[in-house]
Amino acid sequence: MNYLASVGSYAIMIREVFKKPTKWRIMKTLIYKEIDELIFSSLGIIIFISFFIGAVVAIQTALNLTNPLIPRNLIGFATRQSVILEFAPTFVSIIMAGKVGSYITSSIGTMRVTEQIDALEVMGVNSLNYLVFPKIIAMLFYPFAIAISMYVGIFGGWMAGVFGGFLTSTDFVTGLQTDFVPFHIAYAFIKTLIFAFIIATIPSFHGFYMKGGALEVGKASTTAFVWTSVAIIIINYILTQLLLG
Amino acid sequence: MIEVQDIHKSFGDAHILKGVSITFEKGKTNLIIGQSGSGKTVFLKCLLGLFSPEEGNIAYDGKKYSELSDNEKRDLRQEMGMVFQGSALFDSMTVEGNVMFPLEMFTKQSKSEMQERVDAVLKRVNLIDAHQKFPSEISGGMQKRVAIARAIVMNPKYLFCDEPNSGLDPKTAILIDNLIKEITEEYNITTVINTHDMNSVMQIGEKIIFLKDGLKEWEGTKNEIFKTDNEAVTDFVYSSDLFKKVRQMYIQEQN
Repeated sequence: MNYLASVGSYAIMIREVFKKPTKWRIMKTLIYKEIDELIFSSLGIIIFISFFIGAVVAIQTALNLTNPLIPRNLIGFATRQSVILEFAPTFVSIIMAGKVGSYITSSIGTMRVTEQIDALEVMGVNSLNYLVFPKIIAMLFYPFAIAISMYVGIFGGWMAGVFGGFLTSTDFVTGLQTDFVPFHIAYAFIKTLIFAFIIATIPSFHGFYMKGGALEVGKASTTAFVWTSVAIIIINYILTQLLLG
Repeated sequence: MIEVQDIHKSFGDAHILKGVSITFEKGKTNLIIGQSGSGKTVFLKCLLGLFSPEEGNIAYDGKKYSELSDNEKRDLRQEMGMVFQGSALFDSMTVEGNVMFPLEMFTKQSKSEMQERVDAVLKRVNLIDAHQKFPSEISGGMQKRVAIARAIVMNPKYLFCDEPNSGLDPKTAILIDNLIKEITEEYNITTVINTHDMNSVMQIGEKIIFLKDGLKEWEGTKNEIFKTDNEAVTDFVYSSDLFKKVRQMYIQEQN
């Protein structure tokens, strides 16, 4: 019953986020700030993880290609498919649920604990619009981060494959171009946009409605990460079935 | 003037406010006192519109809150200023940013007009050199002054303060109390203060309301509080030996 009540509260929160908008002059500044904090500050970790994930996928594929009849360019093909379909959109989103999600929950949760949200409400500000809407808009730029992740992941696979002596650069590029389905890119970005919305809103929900003190802020961040990850994994399954099944 | 008529508020099975009726007068410092758990904070949050009472009415200069539209409620809230117990300043903004925030949100003033107003209210609360500092870089007393400046920057009709001098040293607490009283008289606003601090009661309490178990137990002025024989009030107000002696001296003087 509690879970159902939480889902209901989450839906009500989403409706409130889009009501009584904050002045555009102020909202614009908030959006720029959130783009910087949620997207730009995450690029480093996204690039780092993507490079090594791409490299490991290439090495793992190469090490499992024991049959001489299977062409080496399969390494490039497997790297492309793995990175574009799953590792960049889903795996990186789980990482972002931890990094960005915990930041969102703890920042909003601290504002709740220190009565800053009450202060906004008393002034007549729609606190949900003021706090959550800029995060949702900022996360619309998340697909750009994922595009970089795809590029860097494949580049990592190329580096590991070529400089590890598993295949030639030409073989890798041939593999990359084999059976390329452009819709797979669209599928990855559709997923990414939905995950972006989840990453912006579920941690906001846990921060906004938390009760208690500093300890509870920490607990809310952990809970937010768990539920954001669960939502990403379940929605990933549903979207894959709907779009590729 | 704020007229509260028979308000009730519950949370689950806990009946916190059990029919409180009070009139808060304009241009006066109205103090609400009472033990922890007496319903003071819930009462103040009802006045602020953060909690909706299940029964009863609150009227702000004759306008009943429950009969106002959403837009009218929003307009009314812009006539309220609130000083929170922990100041509730926005961590990410400077002192100037905090005080300017309501002006940016709700007025169409130019940057220079807003700056002029912010400078004036910060000067009024005796904060001159802290404009560009962040809340974490200033003392508790200064934070309270910034909170007061933010609360009065929109020229409110109603000022609410929740434990405005908690956590402050006695000297700073008196400064904050006096500042609130001066501002109340200067701007002719209706000020409601929740407090535990008996020094505040004696210093600035023009009208004092004692809440007990969600009900108004006693109401009077700071002079009347010396003479009252209401046991609950005397137990609470004169719980320390110092205040017992002060009361005895006052009664001897009067006789």
